[in-house]
Amino acid sequence: MSQRLVVIGNGMAGARTVEEILARGGDFTVTMFGDEPYGNYNRIMLSNLLAGVETEEGIFLNDLAWYAENGITLNAGVKVERIDTAARTVHDDRGGVTPYDRLIIATGSYSWTPPMKNVHNPKRGYHQGVFAFRTLDDTRRMITYARRAERAVVIGGGLLGLEAARGLQNHVEHVTLLHAMGHLMERQLDPKAGQMLQASVENKLGIDVITNAMTTEILGKEKVTGVRLADGREIPCDVVVIAAGIRPNTEMAAASGLPVERGIVVDDQMRVQGQEDVYSVGECAQHRGFLYGLVAPLWEQAKVLADHITGTTAVAYTGSKLSTKLKVAGIDVASMGLIAPEHDEDEVIVYNEPRKGVYKQLIIREDVLVGAVLVGDNSKAASLIQHFERGSTLPEERSELIFDIGGPAGEVSPAEMPDDAQVCNCNGVSKGTICGVVAGGCGTVSGVMDRTRAGKGCGTCKPLVQRIVEWANGGAAEEDPAASWYVPGVPMPKPELMAAVRRHELKSVSSVFAMLTPGQKPDAKSKMGLASLLKMMWGAEYEDERDARFINDRVHANIQRDGTFSVVPQMKGGVTTPAQLRKIADVAEKYDVPMVKLTGGQRIDLLGVPKEQLPAMWADLDMPSGYAYAKSFRTVKTCVGSDFCRFGVGDSTALGIALEERYQGLEGPGKMKLAVTGCPRNCAEAYVKDLGVVAIDGGKWEIYVGGAAGAHIRKGDLLTTVETAEEVIRLTGRFLQYYRENANWLERTYSFVPRIGVDRIREIVVEDSDGIAAALDAAVEEAVQAYKDPWKERAEPVTPGQFRTSLPLTVLPQVPVRS
Amino acid sequence: MTITPIEETVLGLVSEIPSGEGRTYAVNGEMIAVFRLRDGSLRAVSAVCPHKGGPLADGQIDDDVVLCPLHLNAWNLATGCSQSGQPPINVYPVREDAGRILLGE
Repeated sequence: MSQRLVVIGNGMAGARTVEEILARGGDFTVTMFGDEPYGNYNRIMLSNLLAGVETEEGIFLNDLAWYAENGITLNAGVKVERIDTAARTVHDDRGGVTPYDRLIIATGSYSWTPPMKNVHNPKRGYHQGVFAFRTLDDTRRMITYARRAERAVVIGGGLLGLEAARGLQNHVEHVTLLHAMGHLMERQLDPKAGQMLQASVENKLGIDVITNAMTTEILGKEKVTGVRLADGREIPCDVVVIAAGIRPNTEMAAASGLPVERGIVVDDQMRVQGQEDVYSVGECAQHRGFLYGLVAPLWEQAKVLADHITGTTAVAYTGSKLSTKLKVAGIDVASMGLIAPEHDEDEVIVYNEPRKGVYKQLIIREDVLVGAVLVGDNSKAASLIQHFERGSTLPEERSELIFDIGGPAGEVSPAEMPDDAQVCNCNGVSKGTICGVVAGGCGTVSGVMDRTRAGKGCGTCKPLVQRIVEWANGGAAEEDPAASWYVPGVPMPKPELMAAVRRHELKSVSSVFAMLTPGQKPDAKSKMGLASLLKMMWGAEYEDERDARFINDRVHANIQRDGTFSVVPQMKGGVTTPAQLRKIADVAEKYDVPMVKLTGGQRIDLLGVPKEQLPAMWADLDMPSGYAYAKSFRTVKTCVGSDFCRFGVGDSTALGIALEERYQGLEGPGKMKLAVTGCPRNCAEAYVKDLGVVAIDGGKWEIYVGGAAGAHIRKGDLLTTVETAEEVIRLTGRFLQYYRENANWLERTYSFVPRIGVDRIREIVVEDSDGIAAALDAAVEEAVQAYKDPWKERAEPVTPGQFRTSLPLTVLPQVPVRS
Repeated sequence: MTITPIEETVLGLVSEIPSGEGRTYAVNGEMIAVFRLRDGSLRAVSAVCPHKGGPLADGQIDDDVVLCPLHLNAWNLATGCSQSGQPPINVYPVREDAGRILLGE
């Protein structure tokens, strides 16, 4: 026989909890009691109802039919007077006695009325013309009455009061908001933010706001004529709305002998303290000393309660980190955590733009966001809330937290985007496609990216993809355990993976799959990353399995859209000779190369070469590979430097050539593009390279790391300034080795450097604070010594059919020949 | 899952395909990519990626999927179904017969 579950309270918490229990297949005969004679509705939407932008039907979450369909007995408009925990019965105001096996108390809150003269009429509750703002009935009565009114006063400058004031503007000519405290929303906003919000409310909405306004008396005998403040001021009005806060409904629980402090005291399973079978949830529950008045914590509590009551006992609610992001009376406001610093060391970042009504304050403690307040611009609210909730380490560039730097001007919210809006401009994926995959049951960002290819091109749209997945998934993406893994098929992050590889001496990609994956399953998407890692770790001892290589690395050329390849000979520092140019020209003619193009890295690209012609071309060229295809050290771009340039202060060409000579072909987790420029005019674009070297006057060299000028644009961070070219070469090797050993697969330096922090990298690489500099130098030296030009692999194929075409009958659109 | 029927044909020697890689064969005007899995078994699918015409035989594989080398779309080698929202590819019966690649039933 199913257990009898009784729920006291039919508001958002009670009904949501019952929904969660039903969703878990809980076998209960459910009886619910609700004060209000309705199904349950979204209380948050009452202000929209008041403002006339929502209908009554629109705010209902579950109508009466829902209760019937789910076999729930609803006693709407019936008040529970007492619980008898010994007899396990509930006694209501109609004399009914309902037995229970399990009981949930979700009585919520009531609207608190501050002490004021003449607020109550002894005969019928409030003075005529005075309204609380809590229930659907309150709202209906207010709307009816306000039709005949001209001036309204709202008492309370919190969220609810502001919403009420905004809603009342729909019904009366003039609204005054009175707030007893020094600034609006003082629980969520610091004084400056409160003042900024006040200015917007007054100037943009035309609502009068009076702070430090203690209302002492309601004026008027029959009809309300105004209110009087403590300082004697009188504000004329004909309707008063009280929205001065809420208090938990705990009287009945306390009278029944349950433990009540500020709220009904519950444990981590939402059970009332000392009670096996009585739970409490929502605004009336006090958990670890806290009462929550927002929906997000309430949803979390409902889930834990539902898990526990349906038999999953190993669950716990450990409290919620409070954050809100909303429109208050049409103005963007977000608030989370602290609103003022608590310690001297707390870092406070403030941006204030009064003319636009924009204010942002962040409070950071030990690189973690512990509080934020935003007014007038919520474009960064979602990412700040995420940082706040996860306690993640913040980017060094704090301004990135409050502005979109280098990104699109305005961040569109997923809700506002049409379904056919293109999200991924590389792979042509629309918002609708992403939402479809989420609706199909995929709730992780990486899962959606895998299935749609969205965000898998240049990667710029990844944050937007993430926001859409979060939105489509009801506010948050599912945690993706694979997000921290080095490659998707081996469940461990890079340091753990490297340790396991060393411990088991895994020297081939297939041995990693056999030893470290569940079910010994190989994974195509993991092969390339593993091959790179093992080569870096084992050097000459690495057992090279050619199938672990991407096609580019199998044939030492970059695959093109039609399945042909591009051939880029090495041209160190971008310096060439007439003889080299002549030879390249001859080869291009001999093989009828469809396009000859200068690259961004100062080399010559022969495009459209069939795979089977590659070895012969390399032989005719007789030049080393330029590595324009691998996740490796690519090229060193240089300017003309001091030999010819009037401005050059350092021999950038010679240094660039020396760097390329030494580190050519070095594999890594991502491409490494370098540059050396002979003066700060930066003709070689060294500020935006993975590693860029800038000659400065006095014979010194600045080394910048973490720059980029691709889909992501970032100026590199100054690592250090050195005296000699030899030092540049040494520190370059050391930095690249540190990057090779510590960066995630495909993590370019523009992500890696900010992740680690340039100060930390400087400590390790320049100052040798960790004592690993010698080991880094030795490791990179070993890799340098192991360099072999892959284009020498041409006399005999390494594997059968290594250069056999994969498209014997070309039917593809061909790259046109340009002459 | 549908297997596209095809006339029985010997494509060549299994040793022409390195372990874990694929090679393309032209059969009656069809282009077919044959893969040799690391466990020694063979798979045959249409050689041209339906997305943008990439050469699937140049793609990386595991026991289940092939990744097109151009945009890394994934297809199941046994069913031909895409795992990244693309149209399916043809799958052909293929097996080893005394060291030879035998296409068709």
